[in-house]
Amino acid sequence: MPLKLEARNLNFFYGSQQVLFDNCLPVEEKKITAVIGPSGCGKSTFLRVCNRIFELYRDQRAEGELLLDGVNVLSSEIDVLELRRNIGMIFQKPTPFPMSVFDNVAYPLKLHFKLSRSETHNRVEQALRGASLWEEVKDKLKASGLALSGGQQQRLCIARAIAAEPEVLLMDEPTSALDPLATGKIEELMVELKKRFTIMVVTHNMQQAARISDATAFFYKGIIIEYGATTRIFTNPVNRKTEEYITGRFG
Amino acid sequence: MTVHFISEIENLNMLLLEVTSKAEHAVYQAIQATLSHDVPRAQKVIDSDDDIDAAEIRIEEECLKILALYQPVAGDLRKVITILKVNNEIERVGDLAVNIAERVFDMASYGENTVEKIDFEEMMSKACGMLKKSIDSLTYHDIETAAEVISLDDEVDKLHHDAYLFVREKMLKYPVQAGYYLDCLTISRCLERIADIATNISEDVIYMEQGKIVRHLHEGEQK
Amino acid sequence: MKKKKLFKRKLANHIFRIFSLLAVLLASAAMLVIVSHVIRAGCKALSPGFFLNPSKPYGVPDSGIANALLGSMMITLGAALLATPPAICAGIYLAEFRDHPKVTAVLRFSANVMMGMPSVLVGLFVYILMVVPAGHFSGLAASVALAIIMFPVVMRTTEDMLGMVPYALREASLAIGMTRTRTTLKIICRSARKGLITGILLALARVSGETAPLLFTALFADSWPGDYLSGPTPNMPVLITEYSTNSPFAAMHQAGWGAALVITVLVLALNIGTRILFREKRHAP
Repeated sequence: MPLKLEARNLNFFYGSQQVLFDNCLPVEEKKITAVIGPSGCGKSTFLRVCNRIFELYRDQRAEGELLLDGVNVLSSEIDVLELRRNIGMIFQKPTPFPMSVFDNVAYPLKLHFKLSRSETHNRVEQALRGASLWEEVKDKLKASGLALSGGQQQRLCIARAIAAEPEVLLMDEPTSALDPLATGKIEELMVELKKRFTIMVVTHNMQQAARISDATAFFYKGIIIEYGATTRIFTNPVNRKTEEYITGRFG
Repeated sequence: MTVHFISEIENLNMLLLEVTSKAEHAVYQAIQATLSHDVPRAQKVIDSDDDIDAAEIRIEEECLKILALYQPVAGDLRKVITILKVNNEIERVGDLAVNIAERVFDMASYGENTVEKIDFEEMMSKACGMLKKSIDSLTYHDIETAAEVISLDDEVDKLHHDAYLFVREKMLKYPVQAGYYLDCLTISRCLERIADIATNISEDVIYMEQGKIVRHLHEGEQK
Repeated sequence: MKKKKLFKRKLANHIFRIFSLLAVLLASAAMLVIVSHVIRAGCKALSPGFFLNPSKPYGVPDSGIANALLGSMMITLGAALLATPPAICAGIYLAEFRDHPKVTAVLRFSANVMMGMPSVLVGLFVYILMVVPAGHFSGLAASVALAIIMFPVVMRTTEDMLGMVPYALREASLAIGMTRTRTTLKIICRSARKGLITGILLALARVSGETAPLLFTALFADSWPGDYLSGPTPNMPVLITEYSTNSPFAAMHQAGWGAALVITVLVLALNIGTRILFREKRHAP
């Protein structure tokens, strides 16, 4: 299976404190890779290296390589804006922009492409369909994005992320702020989306990781303890720490 | 959460040990009944099988409850699944004890006329010994004992083969007592099956510990 | 044993509540007393002519406050135009671009100092800076003085309002490929829009009542405010001061109270109106 993303000897620092140590992780194309581990183990940090969103903060830096289709995205020659079009991100708390539903989804299109009005409209509809949201909002495209329910807002963020046709989707605990019904819808959506995108999802919920992912990586104190097919990790993990974590002995 | 789970597993272990000792006791009583043609004793074995069946159902329900409520994974999951399977095997041991006991009625009809009897003591103690060891290996997560049990199966197979030859010889010699010797063969087969069950349990224990399914392999590898 | 403790606790609770209530009543009563006095003293002066005629020296009929009202509006608007753009930019810089911690610290410190400065000093400063070299008073100088007072307030509220926008929104904007600038201007400011406008309007309301700076910069004139740039400009605070304290005539006192009433009503309306209009609407979850 071709590797879409690959981390090689990735190290990460908050100021002088190192939080990721020599991470090496393959991420297969068009599969869901789950990243699990106790709080503070660095899994969210790892995700945020992939689209270089950590550069918002002055004292955070990454060393090593993160290859997207073989090209190191951490090098200074990369066009970061284009990188972020290609790698979408969904956050724990839904973050719709303060504008209408339509404008939310159209924004990345406006940003990166020159499209006619009808093309924009089509792409917005496609994206909303792709996020299983079209039927619920097609009559209120002009309503504010903030007026939707939590689950709908999160799907709006997903629609916004996929509108610009990225190749990779990064999801940081996408369902932890949602109720079980909304969570279920998003999980179903993720399994659908993996047909088109490579997905990496950080989750606290191990049952979720077990349910939807193809491969799982276990992080502990900034180190990748174990990586493998989800079925194997959850029936017969190799490392004792992995076993202890997933059976709830700690964390 | 984990504390409750661990105490539930402890409880399951206890129940399994109880039902195993009941089954072992039944086999012992049944064999004793065949030796002395003790019909009341045999009847008692048959009646007590209800207890074993009830215990099996109870253990299975406990396992299902744990799977639904705790959704165990990895080692914990393998443990519960193994207990579920072993529970089923123990119930079969109880059924085999009943089979043995049922032979007593027929054997008794021959009275004291039987010329040469087979002594099943050795085979029984070997088979029951294997059974006990296999349950111990489950309780104490002991792979070495499990492997030992698997290797003992050959001895019981040999004893069964000897019994078969003995019966064949005696049936030709004393055709009137053919029925009696056929009963003996049945008893031997039951004991041989008990040994097989002990072997199965040991293979399940190895799966539980190592996560590898070694069934159907042991003929070649585990010698 | 237990019963007694409960009784004591309840008693303490009641006593505290009564004290708090009394404090609130006291504060509200003070405001109500002032407002009612202003109303009683000033309402006699109100008439259509009062609002439409410019002020005239004592004795001249058909005197009013129209020119002072207009002058105040011009001065305040001028102050807003001068202060708001740089204050908002400074607020944005403080909230969003923390690249140089030293610069940030200096900016914040200066703002704090400026907010604590007595307004009469500001007036004096602008007097020396603009009125003396020019040789005349002007409405523009008054606007500059008021702008200096407004600037740190608007800067601080801008910084606070922007700071209340959750970080996740910034990250989400960057994550779809927006530049920092675009993120700040298009998304963050838009998100904090209501808070920003409220901050500006409330600062305006506060500054429109400042008297001391105007005494040094705009002074007063009994004419329409045509000399905004080059001469003394009529305005409400100075009119009130002049009529109420510097005039021996009862009629002037009355007019002063009337003007005070007008300015009170305007400031109250601005405050209350701002808070009602820009109240945070809660969206249904």
